[in-house]
This record gives sequence, structure tokens and C-alpha cells, in this order.
Amino acid sequence: MKYMLLIYSDENAWTEREQEDCFTESVQLSQQLKASGHYLGASPLQPVSTATSVRVRSGKRLVTDGPFAETHEQLGGYFLIDASDLNEAINIAGRLPPVHKGTVEIRPILELPTLPDP
Amino acid sequence: MPPIHATVEAVYRAESRHVFATLVRLLGDFDLAEEALHDAFAAALEQWPRQGMPANPRTWLVSVGRFKAIDVIRRRARFDASLALLSQQLDANEPVVLEEVEDDRLRLIFTCCHPALSPTAQVALTLREVCGLTTEEIASAFLIAPTTLAQRIVRAKAKIRAANIPYQIPSKPDLPERLDAVLQVIYLVFNEGYAASAGSSLTRADLCEEAIRLGQLLLELLPDPEVMGLLALMLLQESRRAARTSPTGDLILLADQDRSLWNVEQIQAGQALVQQALAAGQVGAYTLQAAIAALHATAPSPSATDWPQIVAWYDLLRQVNPSPIVELNRAVAVAMQDGPAQGLQLIEDILAQGHLVDYHLAHAARADLCRRLGKVGTARDAYQQALTLVKQEPERRFLEKQLRELVSTAAK
Repeated sequence: MKYMLLIYSDENAWTEREQEDCFTESVQLSQQLKASGHYLGASPLQPVSTATSVRVRSGKRLVTDGPFAETHEQLGGYFLIDASDLNEAINIAGRLPPVHKGTVEIRPILELPTLPDP
Repeated sequence: MPPIHATVEAVYRAESRHVFATLVRLLGDFDLAEEALHDAFAAALEQWPRQGMPANPRTWLVSVGRFKAIDVIRRRARFDASLALLSQQLDANEPVVLEEVEDDRLRLIFTCCHPALSPTAQVALTLREVCGLTTEEIASAFLIAPTTLAQRIVRAKAKIRAANIPYQIPSKPDLPERLDAVLQVIYLVFNEGYAASAGSSLTRADLCEEAIRLGQLLLELLPDPEVMGLLALMLLQESRRAARTSPTGDLILLADQDRSLWNVEQIQAGQALVQQALAAGQVGAYTLQAAIAALHATAPSPSATDWPQIVAWYDLLRQVNPSPIVELNRAVAVAMQDGPAQGLQLIEDILAQGHLVDYHLAHAARADLCRRLGKVGTARDAYQQALTLVKQEPERRFLEKQLRELVSTAAK
């Protein structure tokens, strides 16, 4: 079963050094997860200052600067994993390097069988 | 009632939770298991009068329940593709192995108390699925609408399914954390029953019994020292039920209780469990609280209580489980050991740090110590502060009485 691990934290609370360490450790973890057959994908995101929001209302497209919601903690990256059940997903979430500073939200993927393969 | 109905009913009471726990494992779904359980007992009512009781009713019920469920799944699979796979995986002719049955009850407890479910959902699900209480019974005990409670249970089951919370006993590294969650649920149920001392106290006292039963079941399945500690703590607190309130429903403090009303059997059982838990080595927070409760329970009078030993247990407890509440309780014990001035100083330190300022018992304890020190004005203010914060009716009446007595003594 697939789970999306969404990493939330206050992006201003990271020093450059901390961020670099987090990237290095996350890449290492991704390699471990790949070797154990859990890895489907992962990536950090650029800060919310780079975010653009799009909605279409009454046929009109509205493009605005900024994230969907201004929050104290922001979505900063994700891991997409394959785990046997929630307990395994929780254990993997607990191993993500950014979990020490932020919060990892686990969301089970709703599988649509009609979606094309990547 | 025909005798066979009485027999089936007795089997239902004794076996339905075992059968349910195993059916959840075999069918992989709470709702399917629930349906299968009802079908199995319906079949028993129909077949046992003609064919007689099976040698092993539990095995019979599990087999019949599973068979009926597979039938249901196959019929539905024609319309619902997602069930087709499940229906292929389930083999109705596979023999039922009952060796795992005790483990199934433990799986059920750990699944209902999974930390990925909200605490209120954990409590509702545990009482519903592990204890077998009805939705109406649980709702009335928690003073909420049955529809609200039913919704909580439906949502929890939906999450178990969607997020794939496994039907498992946690692995060794996860066990302490997960056991802690189970103990918390049980203690929450107990406290919900314990806190209510008036009004609809009858239904709520049942929650204490239910929590103790859960503790006993858990101890049977998983003899961990902290399970002993929690069960001991509940038994020792429950032993004072008859002495805790007056016939008019007023609260009676530990110091003023008629100790002959305490339940000796529960005290002895609690004490024995405390000894067993302490002997096991690593001492946890429940065991320490139970050790303190045991010292109170075996003291002939408030003044003859072993206060130094109680303070010593609190010193350990604040290391294992540091919290302002523990500090407050320790301060009260220190007041009994060294005098009210020492206790008061500790309580004022806690409040000065901004802890427990909204907790009525912190102000009530401060008021009581000020009263004993003859500081009438401060005592009165503290009682009034406590009264603005108190929520339980019997506790309010108690504080009002204390305040009246304080004012009338001061007037003399």
C-alpha cells in the first residue's frame, strides 16, 4: 500500500547548515528505502515564497502569488513510499531526518486503477 | 425462555468477544466481522435446538461466521470489484485454527487503541468492540448523543480500513509506546467513571468496573509490570467508592472517610499487584501511583499514614513522569510530613511558574494549607478562585462548604 509522507515545518527555523545536512541525510535514507523496496519518490520543495496558486472559477482562471493557506508551518517536502500497513509507514516516518524539527503527516494514497503508469 | 435460548445467550456473553476478535483477523474488516458474528449466533439459535450444542461452541461459531461472511462477500463481489480480490483470498474450507485466539483479543485491543485514532475514538471503539457495550450504553455513560458516538465509531473504522491500520500485536520495539496508549485508554475509561460522584452516577460507576475488567483481561494476555500497576491503582481507588461520598452525594475527603467502608478485598488484590509490579524491576508511573494509593489504603488513620514513604514514592514519580500535577500531589504529601508551611511554599512555587493556575484543586489545596496556617484572608481568596474554576457539582458543593466553615470560624 502506498503512503504519502508530507513534511511540515517552519521553513524559517532552518539554518543553511541544518538544511544541507537534512538533504544529505534524506538522500541516504532514500537509498536505504530503495534498497528495502519502500521507495517510490521524494523531494524537498522550494520555500513558500516561490508558491503560486491557481483556481478556476466560473470558467475564469485566477492566478495568485503565495501558498493555498498562510500557516505557521509549511509543506517543505515529501516522500512517497510503499509500506505494508500504517505501522510500517509510521516507522518509516519516524526515520525521516526532518521529523526532528517538523511534523510528518502520513496520508494513505487513494489508488485509482485507471491512472497511467509514470 | 426455552432452555436452548438461555444456553445460546450464555455462550454469547462468554464467547462473543472472542469470536468477534478472531473473525476480524480472518475477514480483515470490523463491519464484516460484526455481521458474521450476528449471522453465526442466528444460526446457533436455529441449529443447536435440533442438532445439540457443538463440542466446541467457539470453533463452531467462528467457522459458521466466516462461512456466512464469505458467502456475503461473494454475492457482493458481483457488484463491487474491490471485493472480488478479497473473496478470492478467503477460502471457506480452510480449517479454523484457534491457537491464535487469545492473541486475537490482544490484536483487537491494540487495534482499537491505535494512536493514529483520536483518543475519544479509541475509548469508544474499545468499549464497543473489546467490552461489547452497545453504542447507547457508551453514549449514556459519556453523556453524549448516541448519534455522535456512533459517528465516532464509524469514522474510526473507516480510518482503520483506509489507512490500513494492521490487526497486529505491536513488534517488540513498538510495544512500550503502544502499551502505554492502551493503558491510557483504560485509565481514561476508569477516570470518566470515577470523576462522576453524583447525578447519573449509576451508569458511570459501571465504567470503573469495565475499566477494571479490561485491566484484568490485559493482564491475563500481557503480564507486564505496568499493566499490574494500572490494575492495582484502579482497584485501590475503587476500594474507596462507598466511603467517598455521603448518602446525599457530597464529597468526603480521604482524611474524613470512614475507613471501615473501604473494600478490603480490592485493597488486598491491589496491594498484591503492587508488590508483584515493584518486584519486576523497572518501575513505571502507574506502579508508583498504585504504591502511593496502597500506603493510603493500608493506613489506619490519616495521621498514622507513612507520609515519608509517600513523599519518597512521589520523588521517584516526578523522575519517571514529571508533571505539575505530580508536583502538586507531592506538595500535599510534604505538607502532611513537614507541616503546612512547607507544602504551601511548594504549591506557590508551582503557581508562580504559571502551572495549574486554571486547576481548581491547586487553589483548593492552597486554600486548605492557608486555613491550617491561620491565613484566613488568603484562604478565602483561594477558595473563591477554586470555585470559579470547578466544574463537577459535588466538588463545588464541597468547596462552598469549606468556604462557609472558614468564614464562620473566622467570625468567632
